[in-house]
Amino acid sequence: MAADILLAASGIRKHFGGLAALSDVSISVRRGEIFGLIGPNGAGKTTLFNVLTGLSAPDAGSLVFDGQRIEGLKPHAVAGHGIARTFQNIRLFGSMTALENVMVGRHLRSHTGVLGAVLRTRAAVAEELAITRRARELLDYCGLAARADDFARDLPYGDQRRLEIARALATDPKLLALDEPAAGMNATETAVLKALLERIREDGITLLLIEHDMKLVMGLSHSVAVLDYGEKIAEGEPETVQRDPRVIEAYLGGGFV
Amino acid sequence: MNIAALFSDRRWRWFAWGAVALLLLALPFITEAVLGRSWVRIIAVSLLFVMLALGLNIVVGFAGLLDLGYIAFFAVGAYSYALLASPQFAVHWPFLLLLPLGAAIAAVFGILLGAPTLRLRGDYLAIVTLGFGEIIRVFLNNLNRPVNITNGPQGITLIDPLQMGGFSLAQTHSFAGLTFSPVHNYYFVFLVCAALTVALSLRLQNSRIGRAWVAIRDDELAASAMGINTRNVKLLAFAMGATFGGVAGGLFASFQGFISPESFQLIDSIMVLCMVVLGGMGNVAGVALGAVLLTALPEALRYIGPLQQRWFGGVLVDPADLRMLLFGLALVLMMLLRPEGLWPARRRHAVKRNTDGG
Repeated sequence: MAADILLAASGIRKHFGGLAALSDVSISVRRGEIFGLIGPNGAGKTTLFNVLTGLSAPDAGSLVFDGQRIEGLKPHAVAGHGIARTFQNIRLFGSMTALENVMVGRHLRSHTGVLGAVLRTRAAVAEELAITRRARELLDYCGLAARADDFARDLPYGDQRRLEIARALATDPKLLALDEPAAGMNATETAVLKALLERIREDGITLLLIEHDMKLVMGLSHSVAVLDYGEKIAEGEPETVQRDPRVIEAYLGGGFV
Repeated sequence: MNIAALFSDRRWRWFAWGAVALLLLALPFITEAVLGRSWVRIIAVSLLFVMLALGLNIVVGFAGLLDLGYIAFFAVGAYSYALLASPQFAVHWPFLLLLPLGAAIAAVFGILLGAPTLRLRGDYLAIVTLGFGEIIRVFLNNLNRPVNITNGPQGITLIDPLQMGGFSLAQTHSFAGLTFSPVHNYYFVFLVCAALTVALSLRLQNSRIGRAWVAIRDDELAASAMGINTRNVKLLAFAMGATFGGVAGGLFASFQGFISPESFQLIDSIMVLCMVVLGGMGNVAGVALGAVLLTALPEALRYIGPLQQRWFGGVLVDPADLRMLLFGLALVLMMLLRPEGLWPARRRHAVKRNTDGG
């Protein structure tokens, strides 16, 4: 069993002042699956994402990713281990084109320094070409090929969301963590997104998904964990979790059960 | 624009750049004939400011780190050169050694400034860098006691010109029927250095490093989540910017033959920042243009005194006051009419997103 666990978070605790954003949360994501993380607003989903990706350090608990401890590492180091993420509030590099945004994602997997850039060494030129080619591939993969030269800030909302995914994929992640990728999308855009996410998984990347769209998350995920007030109240297959009385209570409030 | 298209068109490219090069080569001679030798000096100095402004552009324009103490690196470069090529310590090292050394020392100072300010942004960063600039100046002003290093407010005199073998730029030379006075000589050296600075800036901008700088400027958090080591990349911006300033400082010291702490005041930092902002933050050509214009404008405004005399038969307003007044007015007008700068960067208005995901 241990072999196919890609990410194991155990006993994660994070407090902000007196507020327990996460208390003793453990999840394990298997390699190659789509793992859904759901819960009402303020349940601590994004906090857990931030802890996973190094944006904030946990107060306690451990994170083991692909056999290595990653808790407390800086975000760029976490990305180096192979976790890439998108943001709930889209955070693209607005003054860059779509292509350049994805090229920034290649930073981690390229090496040209100041000297290479200034002297335009053969290696630097070759690397720059490879970066551009890979970035174009990824734009194409995410259905954004026609948008390559548009500024990120000028893109329609749905395209911005997919550009964030393309940029994250450029870091060659083993785990792609998506924070509400379908938020604000209409039904057509959501369907396109769903197909894209399934394709990414088929190509061997594990997905961790925060999502409010229940139909989407239940339709996509192989496993689901439910957070409520910073605690995990359920984890398992979507069908089981959906019938869990605590989950129903958390979503609909008491009295319905 | 048509002229810009000319420079990118494959067939006309060489012609267009050749014309620019010829113009720049002939410029000091034309200037001397039309405006007099003092203006040759002004355009030479403006090239030094091109180097300074492009250095600051890396920090402010590319990486988005507001630096109000940039002139300190100019000072560090100038004093590094002056101390090791003057009677002050009776050492006279060759400039080919001193210019890179000054650049390296300035880079170290850049990292010294950058390291403690990594977590700061915007206003807070501006205040700390402003303090840093002043600290350097105050040090230079007071390092004459108990051991005399910088000669304090008196400054350092008799600094060696750029020279090699028996050939010195401080002498007048004749070549091909043209007379090269010292300002002409320095103009050409500065021209080469400024052109190199432009080339370096452009190559850095269109590289992995340049993209990382702009990414940090647009959204530091997202940049770090994409695997950019923001600490190193920011320090690199400070060091690169300081390097340009250090080289310009060494050239300045050799050109003037005299430097004192008075040349490196807060107003000078602000002036360089104005060049960057007015020219077009982040756009190499715009920043270079801003540097040339802002060096020339205050000098051109000196003619206001004699003009008043001619038009009104007397000097009504003190020329020095009027000069600064008009200069300020020009800046305000420019910012009102062209808030993005004279020659804006292609990437305008970095979009600032909310600070954190909820």
